[in-house]
Amino acid sequence: MNDIVISVRELSKRFGNFTAVDRISFDVYRGEIFGFLGANGAGKTTAMRMLCGLSYPTSGKGSVAGYDIMHEGEQIKRHIGYMSQRFSLYNDLTVWENMRLFAGIYGLNKSQTEQRATELLKRLNFSSERNTLVGSLPLGWKQKLSFAIATIHRPEVVFLDEPTGGVDPITRRQFWEMIYEAAESGTTIFVTTHYMDEAEYCTRVSIMVDGKVQALDTPTRLKQQFAAESMDEVFRILARGAQRGE
Amino acid sequence: MKQNFASFVKKESLHILRDTRTMLIVMLIPVVLMVLFGFAISTEVNNVNVAVVAPNRTDGIRDAVERLSQNEYFTFKGYITPDDIDPYLRSGKASAVVVFASDYERGVTQAATGVPTKPVIQLIVDASNVNTAGSSTAYLQSILLGAASQQAMFETRMLFNPQMRSAYNFVPGIMGLIFILVCAMMTSVSIVREKEVGTMEVLLVSPVRPVKIIFAKMIPYFAISCVVLVTILLLARYLLEVPMSGGVGGIFTISLLYLILSLSLGLLVSTIAQTQVVALLISAVVMMMPILMLSGMLFPIENLPKFFQVISNIVPARWYIDAVRKMMIQGLPIVAVWKNCAILLGMTIALLGVSLKKFNDKLE
Repeated sequence: MNDIVISVRELSKRFGNFTAVDRISFDVYRGEIFGFLGANGAGKTTAMRMLCGLSYPTSGKGSVAGYDIMHEGEQIKRHIGYMSQRFSLYNDLTVWENMRLFAGIYGLNKSQTEQRATELLKRLNFSSERNTLVGSLPLGWKQKLSFAIATIHRPEVVFLDEPTGGVDPITRRQFWEMIYEAAESGTTIFVTTHYMDEAEYCTRVSIMVDGKVQALDTPTRLKQQFAAESMDEVFRILARGAQRGE
Repeated sequence: MKQNFASFVKKESLHILRDTRTMLIVMLIPVVLMVLFGFAISTEVNNVNVAVVAPNRTDGIRDAVERLSQNEYFTFKGYITPDDIDPYLRSGKASAVVVFASDYERGVTQAATGVPTKPVIQLIVDASNVNTAGSSTAYLQSILLGAASQQAMFETRMLFNPQMRSAYNFVPGIMGLIFILVCAMMTSVSIVREKEVGTMEVLLVSPVRPVKIIFAKMIPYFAISCVVLVTILLLARYLLEVPMSGGVGGIFTISLLYLILSLSLGLLVSTIAQTQVVALLISAVVMMMPILMLSGMLFPIENLPKFFQVISNIVPARWYIDAVRKMMIQGLPIVAVWKNCAILLGMTIALLGVSLKKFNDKLE
């Protein structure tokens, strides 16, 4: 089961004199929930953009779902799901229309779309909201729907960029249950977050400081290593050494 | 991958159809503008109130006044005394006063025999509206001079627009304006909206090529513009009775070219602007103003200062409006405006090239 889904070696991204991502290396295994932590400006987003095929690395190598990030961006895009920190479905389309759109984008045919969408709606207990405009749903529901749609094409990896920003604790809980469910079915989850309690839910966590990966292990072992009570403390110990501001 | 293109076009169409208000505005603006410019706003002389001062009402004078009051463009407000001239003009009871000299008859007969005479009619005109004053003066002169003396001097024939109807002039201008409004403004706002809301990010992570996203956006707006185009042409033909003797096919062809040009312009704006407000502002200031001022829609290009005349060359609407005017009113075939077509085509290719390149660069 320990096959590698994301593999990164010495990956760097420079903008002029500024090194946003500084020679990072790590592996992510199938079915893992990989927490990608770091303060604002630590280079998380830049690293994630490179993994999603949105920007090219300045140097280093990497592969996602078996495709090279330098040359096979198009293939990568087909095999990953993405959910951004900002709500990114269309408010003026119904739940069903949003699903149909993204299914279409990822090349699902009509019967596949029908089957997948019905299945997702059932799992979300959303079947009655099928024809509701997404704009009129509460934020928590929208986030859950976003996640469901990000997995509509059964991607190998789902990238979640601060998926629970601004969501209430109960919905966050439900959201994480969905993430667990997806991980159990073999989808790899790559998630960035600001909530340190969420970091505890991850299989493994990496913490970026000033463009470098400063720590990478399971939450339990990280806490041991830094003699900390919680992930929050671990994070603060590491972030204290940061040179870069926000 | 045809599938995902189709689902995109469907999505864009839904966006537009759901936004009923915008949709209504887009469909109604052309109608309102056409009716407004066609009927309400006009530079023609209409219902000009004219008063007459005549010391003695000889047959000749009666004859002249009769011609005046028979004319549909003037309303005869009666005879007044010289003292009433100023109050009449000031109060607006009359916008022009015709003053006959006491030796009017003698002067006219003298002039007819070729003897030089001093003027026998004075026109006092309220020139607070320059356009009306100018054209009513010219028209009053020709009426008052009478058939005999006029023939001796000029025979004027107004070609293409014998009734001097201003609607003829405005229709091409409105077309030049509307398509920029619908295509450029609306596409740019709709692209920028996706950037602003954050959906563009998700689309870019998806396997859809950016070019496809853009073209899928353009298609519904193109369709709407075609509906608007047909509406305008129908209104122009049957409501304003613009002749269009040059054939509708040519007008249609060059309009389609102009539509594509406007869409590319919208695309270019969307690559520059980051928020919807900026996109709107750019469209309004950088596109609408030049069209209103420099395209020949309202003011003849020949009347512009030299500097602006040069600038007007890069305003696409200028070439379009000029061409449509020639085809609609003068009845020229499209071949006759090949130069305009070529310029528009060149502009389209350049704009499309630049904006597609800019759009792709942005993604890195």
